[in-house]
This record gives sequence, structure tokens and C-alpha cells, in this order.
Amino acid sequence: MAEILASLLERFEAVPALANSDAWLQRRGRFLSTVCLVGIGTVPFRLSIEHGRIARCERGPFVMPSWAFAIRGEAEAWQGHWEPMPAPHYHDIFALSKRGLLRIEGDLHPLMANVFYFKTLLALPRPPVGRA
Amino acid sequence: MAARIDPIVGRYVHASLGGRPHRIYFEEAGQGIPLVCLHTAGADGRQFRHLMTDPAVTDHFRVLTFDMPWHGKSTPPDGWEREEYRLTTQSYTEAIRTFCAALELEKPVVLGCSIGGRIVLNLAIAHAAEFRALIGLESAEFQESWYDTEWLHRPDVHGSEVCAGLVSGLMAPQSPAVPRWETLWMYMQGGPGVFKGDLYFYRVDGDLRGRVGRIDTRVCPLYLLTGEYDYSCTPEDTERTAAQIPGAEVVVMKEVGHFPMSENPAQFRRYIIPVLERIRGPKERP
Repeated sequence: MAEILASLLERFEAVPALANSDAWLQRRGRFLSTVCLVGIGTVPFRLSIEHGRIARCERGPFVMPSWAFAIRGEAEAWQGHWEPMPAPHYHDIFALSKRGLLRIEGDLHPLMANVFYFKTLLALPRPPVGRA
Repeated sequence: MAARIDPIVGRYVHASLGGRPHRIYFEEAGQGIPLVCLHTAGADGRQFRHLMTDPAVTDHFRVLTFDMPWHGKSTPPDGWEREEYRLTTQSYTEAIRTFCAALELEKPVVLGCSIGGRIVLNLAIAHAAEFRALIGLESAEFQESWYDTEWLHRPDVHGSEVCAGLVSGLMAPQSPAVPRWETLWMYMQGGPGVFKGDLYFYRVDGDLRGRVGRIDTRVCPLYLLTGEYDYSCTPEDTERTAAQIPGAEVVVMKEVGHFPMSENPAQFRRYIIPVLERIRGPKERP
């Protein structure tokens, strides 16, 4: 289990570089500036996004972190979500949320106003064949 | 070189709905048994364009699809700007029966997807004798919500983006990018508040729990087809519904989601053509 989590964390840590070099994502997020928390299993990451660009990606644990909204998923959720061709109920963050494998909390306005951005961002560790 | 033109013809029919005049856009193609197709919430009849250009269908069926009032090219009723649109079981049922009567369709087959899949259950409950067969895609008597519909219509969130963004995950990852994005484009073109108004029927008014047991499939056959990637109306939701209806047939479609006819037309026809052949019956088969 620890090995699986370590692999997931490594894959997520590649997200800022992938996001910042993705022209489509940068255009999608050009009006987006926010701070959000992404939980990969037991490990939280705090993403500071400025005009669509990931300016900082800090790995927890944190003491009293501030953020607008949080998306926290079980390791199983992210493992399934990042499969090349995800199985039903693992293919979308809202599907995972409905199944209880992922929690979406906080001020959801930045998320809902930029749904395509965040769905794409959180699927970046997935190999290209099945990317949303 | 001759231009390539789809064999689909679009016209407008005028009809009274809820005591108010409406101008309803509809398209049709093919000849034979009338097959009326009902689009999903917040979308329009373009979702069926592949079915309407498939000779395996149009050689035997007169395929018709109409844009619900407020949707697509149908005009909203006069005074729409002063009201909140809300679809109900009654208004939806009236629209379908009025359309069929206005076009003098004799015992049509009705195929509906999502909200259309829900309303065919009500047609089966209340008006079965009027139809030759009913087909529900992504159909269940009820399903659990997965987001707050308040996000769909508010000035600080772009309605086109949020409607399409939310439904994007209802499609299967195997569905090709081009038809997936075409499906989303239709969602991006819906009027403000229309998707939300349709979901009033889906989530509140159209709850058919405790009622589907009345359906008599000897009067009108009922086919329910659901995509395995649909997490809004899951295969389990459809199977639970069918378990209450003796004679209802369920097909779980592999590698498609909530919009089978538009997100992956090639995959969908593998499932729908055999159903349509059964509805035609042995006499009309070649």
C-alpha cells in the first residue's frame, strides 16, 4: 500500500510542470487564480494557481492551511482515475465523489466556474489515451 | 461533384402546450414506422443525427425528433423572459403526445434518453396503448443526485461552460473525441436556466418510485438500454427499475455513457439496431 501511495505522489508531483506547459489548459485557466487543496490518500498538496499557472505546489502535512476548496481522494480513487482507460465510476471526479471515494468541499465557486480546467488538471497523470 | 447533403428535413409545427401557443422545431428522415426520439436535458434533437442518417434505421422507420420548447430551434413561449422554466411530468408528457397527434403519427415508437428515458416510463404507465413500443436510454424511475443544480444558472458562472463541464464526465473514455466534443457543444448552446429547468423534472417532479410496477409490457413492449459509464443513471438504477416491471428488457451497453447516440454512434448502433429489428417484427423483415 505504501508503495502504491508513493507512486501516486510521484505522479501528482509531475502535475505542475505538465499543467504549465499545456497551452490548452493555460488558455482555459487564464481568468483563474485560487488556492486549492488536493488530497492524495493521506497526503495533502496545496496548489496556488495564478492566471491558470501553478505558481506553487506545496506538499503537506500543513499546520492551519488556507484554501478555497479541497478535493481529497482515497489512493484507490486516484489510482483508478489515472489508469490509461479508467473503469466506470473511476473516470470522472464527480463519479468518484458520488461513489464516496473522493470528497469535494469548501467554496466551490472557482471549481464550478472552471470545471474543464480542474477535470483536465487532475487527469494529467493519466497516460494520454484516456485523458478527459 | 454533387454536394453531400444529409437526408434530414427540418420544419416547424405550431401547437398549443399548457394553453399557450408554441412553435416547435422538428426534423425527420426515413420512412416506415414512426420513431420519435427525445433528446436529453439541456440539449436538442441534433443528438440523433447519426441515427437519422443510418439506412439500417431509416429504411424501415420514419425517424422524427423535436426540440422541446425552450430548446434548440424551438421558440420559448411568449413572455418567457418573465418566468423560470421548469419541466414537469405533466408538461413533458403533454409535449410528446401533442407532437405525435399534430403530426398524426399512428402508434409511434418513442425512444428517449436521460430525461427522455424517464418520461418514456411515464408514457408506459399512463398512455401505453398509444405506442407501438417504448425505448428508454439511460432510464430509471429515480436516481441519486451528484451535484447542486444551483450552479447551472447564476451570473458569476458561465452557464455554457459549467453545463458542458459537468456532463463531460458522463461519457465513456472510449468514446471518440470528435463526437464527445460535438455532444458538449450542444450543451454549450443551451439557453440560460434551461438545463436546470429540465432537471427539476428529473430530480423533483418526475420521481416515479412506486409507480413503475403498473407498467404492462403486454400492452406496449419496453426496452431499457444503459451505458456502463453512466454514473448519473447507472446500470444498477436501470436494473432496479426493470426488476419492478414484468417483461421489461434491459441491455447494458459496453464502452458508452449517458449519451450513447451522440457520444459514440458506432457503438450505440450495435445495441439499438437489434432492438429496432425486434420492434419491426418478423413480418417486416426482408
